[in-house]
Amino acid sequence: MSGEEKGGAAEERTPNEPEAASPADPETAPEPPRADAPGDPGADSGSRSRTVLREILESSTLVVIMAIVASLAIGGLLIVFADEDVREAATYFFSRPADTFQAMGDALGGAYSAMFSGAVLNFNANDFSGVIKPFTQTLTQATPLIFAGLGLGIGFRAGLFNIGAQGQLLIGATLGAYVGFAWHLPWGIHLLVAIVGCALGGAIWGFIPGFLKARTGAHEVIVTIMLNYIALNLVAWLLTLDAFQREGSDNPITPIVDETAQYPLLLGSDFNLHWGFVLALACAAGVWWLMERSTLGFEFRAVGANPHAARTAGMNVTKAYILVMVIAGALAGLAGSAPVLGTEKVLTTATAGSLGFDAITVALLGRSRPLGTVMAAILFGGLRASGPTLQVQAGLPVDIVFVIQALIVLFIAAPPLVRSIFRLPAPAHEKEVAA
Amino acid sequence: MKLELRKITKKFGDFTANDQIDLVVESGTVHALLGENGAGKSTLMNVLFGLYDADGGEILLDDETRVFAGPGDAMAAGIGMVHQHFMLVPVFTVAENVMLGHEQVRGPAKLLDLEAAREKVREISDRFGFHVDPDAMVEDLSVGAQQRVEIIKALSRDARVLILDEPTAVLTPQETDELLEIVGQLRDSGTAVVLITHKLREVKAIADTITVIRRGKVVGTAEPTASQEELASLMVGRDVSMTVDKDDATPGEPMLRVENLTVIDEDTRIKLLDGVSFEVRGGEILAVAGVQGNGQTELAEAILGVVDAVEGSVTLDGTELMGRSIRDNLDAGIGFVPEDRTEDGVVASFTVANNLILDLYDREPYSKRGAIDPGVVSRNAEEQVEKFDVRTTSTEALTGSLSGGNQQKVVLARELARDLKLLIASQPTRGLDVGSIEFVHKRIIEERDKGVAVVIVSSELDEVYALADRIAVMYHGRIVDIVSPDTDRDTMGLMMAGAHGDEEEAA
Repeated sequence: MSGEEKGGAAEERTPNEPEAASPADPETAPEPPRADAPGDPGADSGSRSRTVLREILESSTLVVIMAIVASLAIGGLLIVFADEDVREAATYFFSRPADTFQAMGDALGGAYSAMFSGAVLNFNANDFSGVIKPFTQTLTQATPLIFAGLGLGIGFRAGLFNIGAQGQLLIGATLGAYVGFAWHLPWGIHLLVAIVGCALGGAIWGFIPGFLKARTGAHEVIVTIMLNYIALNLVAWLLTLDAFQREGSDNPITPIVDETAQYPLLLGSDFNLHWGFVLALACAAGVWWLMERSTLGFEFRAVGANPHAARTAGMNVTKAYILVMVIAGALAGLAGSAPVLGTEKVLTTATAGSLGFDAITVALLGRSRPLGTVMAAILFGGLRASGPTLQVQAGLPVDIVFVIQALIVLFIAAPPLVRSIFRLPAPAHEKEVAA
Repeated sequence: MKLELRKITKKFGDFTANDQIDLVVESGTVHALLGENGAGKSTLMNVLFGLYDADGGEILLDDETRVFAGPGDAMAAGIGMVHQHFMLVPVFTVAENVMLGHEQVRGPAKLLDLEAAREKVREISDRFGFHVDPDAMVEDLSVGAQQRVEIIKALSRDARVLILDEPTAVLTPQETDELLEIVGQLRDSGTAVVLITHKLREVKAIADTITVIRRGKVVGTAEPTASQEELASLMVGRDVSMTVDKDDATPGEPMLRVENLTVIDEDTRIKLLDGVSFEVRGGEILAVAGVQGNGQTELAEAILGVVDAVEGSVTLDGTELMGRSIRDNLDAGIGFVPEDRTEDGVVASFTVANNLILDLYDREPYSKRGAIDPGVVSRNAEEQVEKFDVRTTSTEALTGSLSGGNQQKVVLARELARDLKLLIASQPTRGLDVGSIEFVHKRIIEERDKGVAVVIVSSELDEVYALADRIAVMYHGRIVDIVSPDTDRDTMGLMMAGAHGDEEEAA
């Protein structure tokens, strides 16, 4: 496939290239209007600030933020129409329209204030720890998403579309949980070994598609999806074995991991937030260094951006694919440590939930950069944390949260749509394509 | 039909691609639009063809103002365009391609009237002696024949103004001559021809009027009698020497020895390279000439180790290169300038600084113990940009935003940064403007004079003659002959078509 694309893409590109490149081409670009500057400084600085503004507007960060805004707005519409009072008031809309709008306002206000108090700060609480508890919940929920999102981000930047975080996470969680409840090691060492177990499990599950792609060209999307199923059913089978079940029980749930293997709580026993969050931030810093400062990351980025040029420059592309998948798998495996060593402390078939798939969105939303991934994970952690409050306080189905998540993905995938909604200028290169 | 452009202005953001350009093309003449890459020629023609909206100015046909909303309008008004990269469907026949976009139907069932299209192709083909079979599949045709199909397509829509965008970029010398002949016939039949090019030889051969564009402005008009030097300096804006200054080679010991090198296509089992043997000594340039697709690409890639299915032997300074990794071969002292720089030479989304270390990143001083030193990388970039005169806003600019010539300088700067024993450069100046070509050639000859063995692969005969100490001509994966650069163009053309040269072999 790549062979055909190679020729085609090159031919498509070339005719436009000299002209398309020229706006930024200093060789042909006109000299800056230096002669005008002394006479009319205002014009010069004006055009410069316009240029800066355009750069901000063209940046995809703004598109990402606007996508979130648009999703919340559409989510708001859904909230309005899902609300009982609104529908009731709408039946006599033409006699008393004000009632309908009143009900709409109440529904929206109720929903978003419920989300805020569920995910950020709860001002109805009695004490300070109650006020900040929602935000610590958000960070707790964000922890596995940070780990897995970081791993997926490395893959995306290296040109690998790894859909397998779910399976990698599950295998990592399995190995980590087993170390946690079956082995009994001293304090400190036990947690360390359990964490390594999580990373190792994920790494093994990531190595398989990386190796297959490197050696046989098998496409990583298919292989990782299939490995997700294998992982899930493998875990389901393991949970039928005595070794993984609680003594005297037939339920598919493992014993609670030893306290020595659990992440210590970060803010005392009032909060669920554990040291896994700090480890996740440390991993984000590590991934930044790996991708931006190390020779290995340089290879990964080169292979992702242009494997042909990377190969011609003497890089070992297949080795890079395997390494990327191993590292991504290890990080997804660490994501598995958040539930089994942090919040739930047991392994079940539901441990992974939809974490592995949400992490894809998180990585895309964070543009595969560590800082962006952390922020996107916190946003998604907030959405997850706000679910129960939304249900209890505003009486809304928790599915609204998933709809908003899905809408964000939709908008992120279609930057021109976001730009046209908010009338943002298109980047220069897209204009060229459109012309 | 008389075509007139008045004060055409086209801006992209703050950049003015066309600045008040005036152009008059009379019917029955060939008007050459001469300019470097990025000078604004193609932009101007895209405005004329309705692909871009002009920001100012007007288009007149027979003194009547016209506005074209798109190529359809322009074609209906009698303007035809042959793009540099053909707009043909490879799996359609010539007739199907010609009728594509304005299909005629017949009968109540509205079936495609293929016979009418065939007839049209035959008629035009006969009128101009094109020898194009309407039922031939386009993908089976030579590049020159495909171009004639494009011309037929334009003429079948009654084009009276025909724009040819860099038409000879993809042609062999013979095909180029044939095309120029066709252009002459079209002119004689009353068509107005606009020839966009940066090749001076062709302009001088066929043009009636020459308009030179530089940086979006018309900088002058010239008569075809003007010398190449005069045209080139108009185009570039300074004096340009058209010949490369070089002393005679002082070849040393044999450096590269290629024996019986064979590359087999994995799918078709065709021999892309068929038992090629030659020797290059340190301090000499061997230019590999030939029409594209005759094994030159595979030759260059096989020496570096990029292609897999290889038999034979390649030794560099006594070391066997076959079966080793690309990395090992680069370390052995090979500098490699790939044919397709956007595909294999640079990573467009990387900064200039990072592309300058694309194959140096894990060596000292650029990195230590796996950590890249950003300070060293950026200092290296500043130095190289200065030394190779890379025109970029900053070393942190994305390489994809540079012009082709400047991207090529980045590749060259990187490859020459190591101590080389062998430099392989494929199409080193393809798509480059006159100024950059001069620069690149100078650097290559400097390497030769340092004692490096140089292999140049080029389909431009001008380049081959300018650089070569010896010329290997390739045809169908074999070396037809290795000749001296004194061999005349006609003989060379024949050899490129597979005929053995009668010239005495150079040692």
